[in-house]
Amino acid sequence: MAKYGLRTIAVLYLFFLLVLPVGLIIWRTFGDGLGPFVEALTSASAVHAFQVTLTVALWAVAANTVFGVGTAVLLVRHRFPGKRLLNALIDLPMAVSPVVVGLALILVYGRFAPVGGLLESWGVQVIFSTPGMVLATVFVALPLVVRAVVPVLEELGDDQEQAAHTLGASRLQAFIRITLPGIRWALAYGVVLCLARSLGEYGAVAVVSGRLVDQTQTLTLFVEERFQNFDQPAAFAAATALALIAVITLLLTKLLRPKG
Amino acid sequence: MTTDVAVPPALPPGPPGGGARPRSRFSVPGGTALGVGSAVLYLSLIVLIPLAVVAWRSVDQGPGYFWRAVTTPDAWSALTLTVGASILVALINLVMGTIIAWVLVRDRFPGKAVVDTLIDLPFALPTIVAGLVLLSLYGPESPLGLNLAYSRAGVVLALLFVTLPFVVRTVQPVLLELDKEMEQAAASLGASPFQTFRRIILPNLVPAMLSGTALAFTRSIAEFGSTVLISGNLPFKTQVAAVNIFSQIEGDNTTGAAAISTVLLVVALVALVSLDLLQRWGSRRG
Repeated sequence: MAKYGLRTIAVLYLFFLLVLPVGLIIWRTFGDGLGPFVEALTSASAVHAFQVTLTVALWAVAANTVFGVGTAVLLVRHRFPGKRLLNALIDLPMAVSPVVVGLALILVYGRFAPVGGLLESWGVQVIFSTPGMVLATVFVALPLVVRAVVPVLEELGDDQEQAAHTLGASRLQAFIRITLPGIRWALAYGVVLCLARSLGEYGAVAVVSGRLVDQTQTLTLFVEERFQNFDQPAAFAAATALALIAVITLLLTKLLRPKG
Repeated sequence: MTTDVAVPPALPPGPPGGGARPRSRFSVPGGTALGVGSAVLYLSLIVLIPLAVVAWRSVDQGPGYFWRAVTTPDAWSALTLTVGASILVALINLVMGTIIAWVLVRDRFPGKAVVDTLIDLPFALPTIVAGLVLLSLYGPESPLGLNLAYSRAGVVLALLFVTLPFVVRTVQPVLLELDKEMEQAAASLGASPFQTFRRIILPNLVPAMLSGTALAFTRSIAEFGSTVLISGNLPFKTQVAAVNIFSQIEGDNTTGAAAISTVLLVVALVALVSLDLLQRWGSRRG
């Protein structure tokens, strides 16, 4: 009896909180067939938002991947003073509100801040422009690659790398031919998580982008702006596109997730 | 995102791979220094310096100014709503998350694998999409006739959606590893199912339940995107702290925004540090 009671409670809760809302938006998007969906997503603004989102996400993922692999190797294979502190600080972005991320970047890189002013005089605009959005995205997705790679690197051990060294391989050779193949699935897992987070970031990007339509508007900002302007079909279409990306991510991470 | 994204802050901050492993004979100190330098520089330029500037800006004009900025009626109301709603959301997650984890581990029914996968959806879904999705079912055009838009209930609903995976994904692995023989022994000694649950199972689950709840709480107080659409951002009624910060930034009052941001950062850090202490206390008790 208790068994069925708990099962019913759990399933009903998930149904009304998760399944029904997500199902309904997909239903409303495709209710009139594929035509309006494709039409809404191929408008000039939507295509531009797609491009901005991709540009920002790719830069952010590239930066966090290099940082993530490098830092994971440092944390696992090297000893240095302050290692515990560095390890703890990497998780800090998880505890920070996206809006605070945006504010923090504006206070340092904004036009009227010392650093931002200096960059501006060199002709580099950070806030209300792509570099600022990349910085914001890097911030919120920073721990993902490190945290995916560290456990696998630990488990791998460094026996094979040492063997490669004794056989005359350089550090770079050992990294490319031994370490990288060893961590490739974990790395892929981290990169997928990082990419999904980057494509879906809203709050931090909303603050630093200035939300300039057709200029710094990403797909998530497009959803919000279209909805506020009573263009529900476009908002629903873009939201569904983002939801589909989320589902693909979910399935990919399910495949790539390190077992055990 | 999936759980793995959420769990890191809860992990004990032990140095990975340090300690037991003998020092690699091939690590070049110069290379290490360069690597550490680059990593610290990257982290500083993007995370540490900007956050420090926020904290600095909030007290820049004296503690009196900070206090006034935090206690303006709209900011104070946003902060109390945020903390109150987050506590409520954390408690609901504590109960519902544990029940869901229990059902996923101990129950068997068709479609369980699908349910298990779906749990991570709130982490993978962009927050603005989460808000839109909830608004379409629980908004003015609700097919259920249930309109929670622009109400505090709507805010709580949005927070429940984005924090769903935390407790489930921290309790689930512990439950999986729980030794069933203890329960059988308790039952054979005449314990009722409720007694077995309270005396045998629950004590084992409490640390995981608490850490999941603390993570859900810190996520809730920081949440922005999912509450934007459904709350309607009515000051004094549905405006949460993150949205209040956002509107202050838009109004060019960065000092006020920095003050509230600092409060949020401090609350999150206090929650995470107490979680860490709780876990150490828990692991000492074995």
